[in-house]
Amino acid sequence: MQFLSYLISGLGLGSVYAIMALGYSMVYGIAKMLNFAHGDIIMVGAYVAFFAISGAGMPPAVAILLSILACTVLGVVIERLAYKPLREASSLAVLITAIGVSYFLENGALILWGADSKFFPSNIFPQGGLTVGSLTISWLTIITIAVCCIIMILLMLFVGRTNTGRAMRACSEDKGAATLMGINVNAIISLTFAIGSGLAAVAAVLLASTYPSISPTLGAMPGIKAFTAAVLGGIGSIPGAFLGGLLLGVIENLSKAYISQQLSDAIVFGVLVVILLIKPAGLLGRKVSEKV
Amino acid sequence: MKRKLNVNRNSAVSYSIVIALYIALSIMSASGLLGRKYSSLLVPVCCYIVAAIGLNMNVGISGELNLGQAGFMSLGAFTAVIVAGALNFHGITAPALVLLICIICGTLVAGFLGWLMSIPVLKLEGDYLAIVTLAFGQIIVNIINNVYLGIDENGLHFSFVNNTLQMQPDGSVLISGPMGATGVKTASNFTAGFLLVLISLIVVYHIMYSRNGRAIMACRDNRIAASTVGINAVAEKTLAFVVSAALGGAAGALYGMNYSSFAATKFDFNLSILILVYVVLGGLGNMTGTIIATTLLVVLPEMLRFLSIYRMLIYAVVLIVIMIVTNNQAIRMKLKALRKGKAGNGSGKGASVNG
Amino acid sequence: MAEENRQPILEVQDLGIDFGGLTAVNNLNMKIYPEQIDGLIGPNGAGKTTVFNMLTKVYQPTRGKIFLEGKDMEKLNPVEASHAGIARTFQNIRLFYNMSVIDNVKTGMHNHIRYSNFDAIFRTGRFRREEKEAQKEAEELLEIFHLSQYASLTAGNLPYGQQRRLEIARAMATRPKLLLLDEPAAGMNPQETEELMAMIREVRDHFKIAILLIEHDMQLVMRICEHITVLNYGMLLAEGTPQEIQNNPEVIKAYIGD
Repeated sequence: MQFLSYLISGLGLGSVYAIMALGYSMVYGIAKMLNFAHGDIIMVGAYVAFFAISGAGMPPAVAILLSILACTVLGVVIERLAYKPLREASSLAVLITAIGVSYFLENGALILWGADSKFFPSNIFPQGGLTVGSLTISWLTIITIAVCCIIMILLMLFVGRTNTGRAMRACSEDKGAATLMGINVNAIISLTFAIGSGLAAVAAVLLASTYPSISPTLGAMPGIKAFTAAVLGGIGSIPGAFLGGLLLGVIENLSKAYISQQLSDAIVFGVLVVILLIKPAGLLGRKVSEKV
Repeated sequence: MKRKLNVNRNSAVSYSIVIALYIALSIMSASGLLGRKYSSLLVPVCCYIVAAIGLNMNVGISGELNLGQAGFMSLGAFTAVIVAGALNFHGITAPALVLLICIICGTLVAGFLGWLMSIPVLKLEGDYLAIVTLAFGQIIVNIINNVYLGIDENGLHFSFVNNTLQMQPDGSVLISGPMGATGVKTASNFTAGFLLVLISLIVVYHIMYSRNGRAIMACRDNRIAASTVGINAVAEKTLAFVVSAALGGAAGALYGMNYSSFAATKFDFNLSILILVYVVLGGLGNMTGTIIATTLLVVLPEMLRFLSIYRMLIYAVVLIVIMIVTNNQAIRMKLKALRKGKAGNGSGKGASVNG
Repeated sequence: MAEENRQPILEVQDLGIDFGGLTAVNNLNMKIYPEQIDGLIGPNGAGKTTVFNMLTKVYQPTRGKIFLEGKDMEKLNPVEASHAGIARTFQNIRLFYNMSVIDNVKTGMHNHIRYSNFDAIFRTGRFRREEKEAQKEAEELLEIFHLSQYASLTAGNLPYGQQRRLEIARAMATRPKLLLLDEPAAGMNPQETEELMAMIREVRDHFKIAILLIEHDMQLVMRICEHITVLNYGMLLAEGTPQEIQNNPEVIKAYIGD
């Protein structure tokens, strides 16, 4: 029973990683860049929701929508100002720029909101949980897992079934050819950033409800974990990011429970190394070999 | 023949800059012109330069992204702490000798573990390779962050749990988990840092302009073509990876011997990224650029201190703007045209070759 | 010619490769003799480059055998195939674009330069000696390919025709026994093609090696090759002297269509 409880709370944590990883993975798939500022967008999302609820006294649903809106706008603005001028540049140059953006957001938050951590309101989601026999699962965990599944399914449908989704896939394969087919590549990239950043806000609210102490560096470690999850699943793959996120959360929680609280990071990253050795392009990624 | 001259000029420029900087800064430091604040940065700057030169070997020359250089630095730093602790315990305290032995040990340990890690790392490609280096960096720091280590007359005592070292009363604790290294007798100084930078430069240049250096760059430019001229890409990339790790270790050892205490979390992902920023801003494969960029970027936040809390924000903006200005095609063309216009029309041709 | 009395340098027996159930090359038999310039021709998609990829072990053949000087090449990888004495150029040029022209050639000499990293770091006498020799050899190769004036230029900045020549120079730097040229004249103007032909002959006469080339320029093939193999749909269609090939009705049919 204890094991099951750790497993389920691991799935809850993993769902948060998965939602973040979906954002990472979509941006990578379209823009071919590692957006290291993604974790900091999550931080901004958490602060916006915090101030909307605790500061302005908005109802949680409005606050969440506001947070999504703020992050979406932020993501698109960042893409336009910082990444768009570097469309033709090397991926390393874009990576460093993303790090610059990350510094900017962290320090901006530090100036605006101060270094001391704030306590995220606990009234967004219903308290207590569902009790099955001796096992109690908190509503938050259930909601987190459900939200993650819904997002994954909606994204799959969107990318797989809609015209815009098809345009996205075309951009991901070959931007030049997509432009020739009349696809507005810039608009598609903006849209991708918008979706990824909007998802970051959802992840932010769920993460801050689980770990209610929020500070300007809150996004750093989850950002790295989400990036790891995206790679683990096969970066660029939507189901891959989902699977990678869940797996990472479960491994982290179980190793904290059964092996070592302190060494859980080493174990998580160790598992990543082992998995990549067996599947060099991640669990669901495909390996593209160069034509000679 | 022309090329040969160029090669010598490249490295000669680096050596001269390093020597000139050393002399100038030593004089300024000794005469008090530099101030305490900047003087205290001299050794760290050397550490970062050595780590960045090493990383440039991997990222610039070999073309593989590495997000774990700080991990190798921490291996070097903590190796140095243990070795220095053991030497001190046995009565060997001459700083120069202790530092020399520590740097050699730090280099060897980081180089050896780098070699071990290169076996899985180099089976992967691109971003997957990068994330495994990130993973190893995290693993190293996470493990060291939980190590308790001390020395007494019975030798070294090691544990993953606090207060279980069971030491004799004469023993001393060297590494104390999340507190990190404690009670280090510092031994680093600017001259040692300068020598280490110089030696690192010589090693890197001499490898770059040799048979294996060419092979490493060939694998970066076109791995398939390299294999059809008989070059084993994994072997060559391993060399670059190990040199990079070893120099990271050397830098870490110098760093560790410069502070009486420091925590393992000092060498986290942010430090790896910081060193990567030095390398990219300095120019991939450009060692002189790396030295200049590192020096400027370590000093810049100090110079911006008057901006108080806005300092790191400005720093971030400067970083983004530099990246856009130096990498955006349109802006680059405009800058080039401007420069040409100023220098007159005749000099355009000669300038573009060395770019 | 008394070819049958000589040992072939390369012998291919029943060579074939499948890609996911699709047969790209099948039942290919070839013999290449020393100091001979051979042509490998065929319509687009006939599998010519695939043959090159198998000979250099970039692809592992599904069936058949390749013998270089009588030695089975089955277990070799591309690096070992190069060591064994096969060098090649690529249809889509693959130079080391960020390195200088002369360094591209020196990189080709990788396995003939003998010193360790220790020698390199400490700049020992051995290092100096070997590097001096490599420099000399590289300069000679550049001379042959009329690239001397570009020695210190970055390879990526070379004009197209020169890039093709540099690729051949780099292949020759490995001191091969058999040189494979994949469309060496592609994208060249008539004058450049003329120069290239002279160079290919010079290379053969000077280094006494066998050359197998893929080319679409029939004029070039007929004028330079002493023996020609024709592929169609991955199968051997014909082989013989240029004269025989030119008059072969099967070949004419394959090229012109029914």
